[in-house]
Amino acid sequence: MTSLHRKLLRDVARMWPQLAAAALVIACGIATLTMSLSTVASLERARSTFYERYRFPHVFAHVKRAPDSVAAQLADIPGVLRVRTRVAVEVTLDVPGLDEPASGRMISIPDRAPFGLSELHLSRGRLPEPGHPGEVVASQAFAEAHGFQPGAEISAVINGRLERLTIVGIGLSPEYVYQVRPGDVLPDDKRFGVFWMPDRELAPAFDMDGAFNDIVISITSRASLPDVLARVDRITEPWGGQGAHGRDQQTSDRYISDELKQLRGIAKLPPTIFLCASAFILNIVFSRLVRNQREQIAALKAFGYGRFAIAAHYLEMALLVAAVGAVVGLTIGSRLGEIVTAMYARFYRFPVFEFRLSRLAVVIAIGVGLTAAMLGTLASVRRAASLAPAEAMRPEAPPDYRRTLLERLGLQRLFSPAGRMVVRHLERQPLRALATCAGISLATAVLIVGSFVHGSLMYLIGFIFFTTQRQDVTVTFVEPASPRAAHEVAALPGVLESEPFRAVAARIRAGPRSRLQGVTGLPARPRLNRVVDQDERPVPMPHSGLLLSDGLADILDVREGDIVTLEVLEGQRPTLDVPVEAIVRTYAGTAAYMERSAINRLMNEGDVISGAAIRVDPDARDRLYRTLKQTPRVASVNIKLAALDSFRKTIAENVLRMRLFNLTFASIIAFGVIYNSARVSLAERAHELATLRILGFTRAEVSTILLGELAVLMLAAIGPGLLLGRLLAGLVTNLLGGETVRIPLMIRPSTYAFAVIVIVLATLVSGMVVRRGIDRLDLVAVLKTKG
Amino acid sequence: MARVTSIAMATRQPQAPPGAAVFEARGITKIYRMGEVEVHALRGVDLDLYAAEMVVLLGPSGSGKSTLLNILGGLDVPTAGAVHYRDHDLTRFDDAALTRYRRDHVGFVFQFYNLIPSLTAAENVSLVTDIARDPLPAREALSLVGLADRADHFPSQLSGGEQQRVAIARAVAKRPEVLLCDEPTGALDVKTGVLVLEAITTINRELGTTTAVITHNAVISQIADRVISLSAGRIASVQTNDHKVEAGALTW
Ligand SMILES: Nc1ncnc2c1ncn2[C@@H]1O[C@H](COP(=O)(O)OP(=O)(O)OP(=O)(O)O)[C@@H](O)[C@H]1O
Ligand SMILES: [Mg+2]
Repeated sequence: MTSLHRKLLRDVARMWPQLAAAALVIACGIATLTMSLSTVASLERARSTFYERYRFPHVFAHVKRAPDSVAAQLADIPGVLRVRTRVAVEVTLDVPGLDEPASGRMISIPDRAPFGLSELHLSRGRLPEPGHPGEVVASQAFAEAHGFQPGAEISAVINGRLERLTIVGIGLSPEYVYQVRPGDVLPDDKRFGVFWMPDRELAPAFDMDGAFNDIVISITSRASLPDVLARVDRITEPWGGQGAHGRDQQTSDRYISDELKQLRGIAKLPPTIFLCASAFILNIVFSRLVRNQREQIAALKAFGYGRFAIAAHYLEMALLVAAVGAVVGLTIGSRLGEIVTAMYARFYRFPVFEFRLSRLAVVIAIGVGLTAAMLGTLASVRRAASLAPAEAMRPEAPPDYRRTLLERLGLQRLFSPAGRMVVRHLERQPLRALATCAGISLATAVLIVGSFVHGSLMYLIGFIFFTTQRQDVTVTFVEPASPRAAHEVAALPGVLESEPFRAVAARIRAGPRSRLQGVTGLPARPRLNRVVDQDERPVPMPHSGLLLSDGLADILDVREGDIVTLEVLEGQRPTLDVPVEAIVRTYAGTAAYMERSAINRLMNEGDVISGAAIRVDPDARDRLYRTLKQTPRVASVNIKLAALDSFRKTIAENVLRMRLFNLTFASIIAFGVIYNSARVSLAERAHELATLRILGFTRAEVSTILLGELAVLMLAAIGPGLLLGRLLAGLVTNLLGGETVRIPLMIRPSTYAFAVIVIVLATLVSGMVVRRGIDRLDLVAVLKTKG
Repeated sequence: MARVTSIAMATRQPQAPPGAAVFEARGITKIYRMGEVEVHALRGVDLDLYAAEMVVLLGPSGSGKSTLLNILGGLDVPTAGAVHYRDHDLTRFDDAALTRYRRDHVGFVFQFYNLIPSLTAAENVSLVTDIARDPLPAREALSLVGLADRADHFPSQLSGGEQQRVAIARAVAKRPEVLLCDEPTGALDVKTGVLVLEAITTINRELGTTTAVITHNAVISQIADRVISLSAGRIASVQTNDHKVEAGALTW
């Protein structure tokens, strides 16, 4: 080992707390980067393997009822590889151990695997066997939520009769990687399940003998998806086709894609912040180091060490910091990746979904860590390398203090000598003061970004479940029904209020853009199913014209007052140009609304309804549930309380855990920045402060100068920090916002307060460290060295 | 001193023939510009330094002594004029060449020692021997200045005079052809100052190193072969000492 390396090691040993802080912040950046990049890679790999092996279709379509012969027409479409037709229906379930009714989606399957498309992965048990009626395969999410093994029994209302079903197998399908009931935001695996039943049983039960109502298609890689979709639409139109769509509107895939998009978006932000912070910390540490060692550097140069050797010497230290940061970061990152993957595995069900540290992620993470270390130290290293060696012979010129702005304004009388020293020192190095402020602001902002999501989600819950959906239960009928059905619903036990709605499948076109989007018809002034504008004021249903949700308006690129074409895909399939009356707010999914009577008129039907939103007397809830479980007309029952519970539970588990990571990381930044600024301030001014002590100033007086400076910087930084936090939080909500769920930008006062408290705490702790340093100033030693 | 003599015999550089100049400086001018103000540190200095001679530079503060020494040592470049070191024109050297020159030929001793505080005495010396072509072992260099037993002490554990002797050991460990000392005793008392000067004269005598010592102390000029006085950036006088005095005999 050369002496220069020995010096390096001793310098590192002396400065380790500061270097460790920088390494830790780099580690946080690399950890978040590794975690998100590797999770993205793991999720993508799991998805593509599952899709490929189990033949995830490219095209999906639903019809009212089409004869089997139509399948051959579909297969003849150029570019179509495989077609699978089937029966898919919603049913109400009575699950043992569950008070409220659950919903199930029943999908028909051939007798034997493979099915040709959308295969089932059986994780346990077997497929239903001929000669054993009532056998089904249940989705793994549902079975796990109830602890069902093969052999468990449930009941379902099939075609008006309560039938017993035996679960003989537990399976996974590429179509239900993310299993969520249509219209819901988060999965509720207890109250929604997918079931696969042999075609020969399911078809007759729903009057689909020799017919089907659901189509999945795979296409060749060269086929044009829009062409295929158009042809499928044309073929299925006479059979009540509700519009074919590609993977982009397949619910499960949509959620995965949104998740990947978020992960990729979020993969950039925290690492950028962390690496900026670490560059900042390294910058203050190294500029201090180089300034402190300028005479050593000059002496080294006088002995014949070249600029390259000097640069290498300091770069080695930076590299060491980066290397330690990288190793720690990769370790934490892969551990976090495992935790996050395990969390994902509960929502996204793949046969194989394991975390693998992506090699690319490792390379990128290390590269980025090195870059941050270089960025943070380059200026100082360059200064060291280009230092004129003649300086070795001359003491540094005394710092050039000037009358400050304050004094030119004649305000110095307001300050004690200590106060004047603080002000002059800050004014003398405005860039340094500014940089420290920027660092503290960044830390404040990070604290806000790390903790605001929880508040936003709480707000989202309030919005979805209280501001807009005020009903307790939503009942959907198997078939659109007459107003008599509404009276029947109103007469159900415990129903306090019921509000019927009409929903139709439709496509909305605006110029070249179009979107399959069901339209919901509500009363002129809905009381339960409320629709609100951007200020959350209830919006009445327009007599003519549509209300579009903000997400949908974005997709279609329309504004209030624009005309869109509404193509209904049910009944007589009317088409109509309608104005967009208003853009309404939703945070989950997309929606379009009309007044119910307007839809009835448009459909040329009487007073028909699709279901009803109801408010329930809590005491009579159980009676209502029991009745609903057996009501043949009811296709699905959606219970708000249950949804709310599962939403809250999911948030409690995941968001809180993420918040813990975030806050740990954010606090590391806050402490890293403030602690280092304080340490450097102390080191730089040790000589001056020791002189003051020798002149008779007390420790407390001397501390005031340094701590006062720190306090001034902190106070100056907090305001901009809160503002920056809000900006970054806005960026995060944008990055997190997918089509499925958007996060509102809602920062609670408590979030701001929390950030301020952590910053003040970090300052206090750093101040205490500095105070101890001042108390231990070796007055003699300090004066032996030159200023 | 037998030991030192043997080291002297081993030096690879041939002794310059008597009378041959190691340094030839002609018309050196150094102007520092500080904004509007120009400081003329040197105003046309002509100077020859000869092989193995001991020169003392005297002069009031600000007269340009350090500037001259820095230029000779390749730490600084003159604004005008030429400096030849043997066959080389130092003024034509770029940074890399000056670095090589310092590394291979020059030993520096500074007024404030400039030891690396994080390295022990021996390690401070190794710092130079690590990059020298044919150095003395670090501990041998330390015994030259009588500090063999303090080799493993850190600078903070040494007195000022001891630190300065470590600095001298560090300067001579590479067996330089020139030894340049800027106020080596400036911060020391008489007794330690004499110890340090003895170390320097020994090196000069035994290794034949061309040596220049800056001092404010006229007494010290008695150890020189020649005494050069600077005043306001010019050479005011050059005196040849007929009776050199041993450093040990000095007192002030
Ligand atoms: N880097 C510099 N910038 C500006 N002026 C300088 C610089 N270095 C030296 N000077 C000026 O050049 C002149 C000569 O300086 P030099 O250091 O050579 O003097 P010196 O004879 O060594 O004095 P001292 O005995 O005080 O060390 C002085 O007036 C000094 O102020
Ligand atoms: Mg000087």
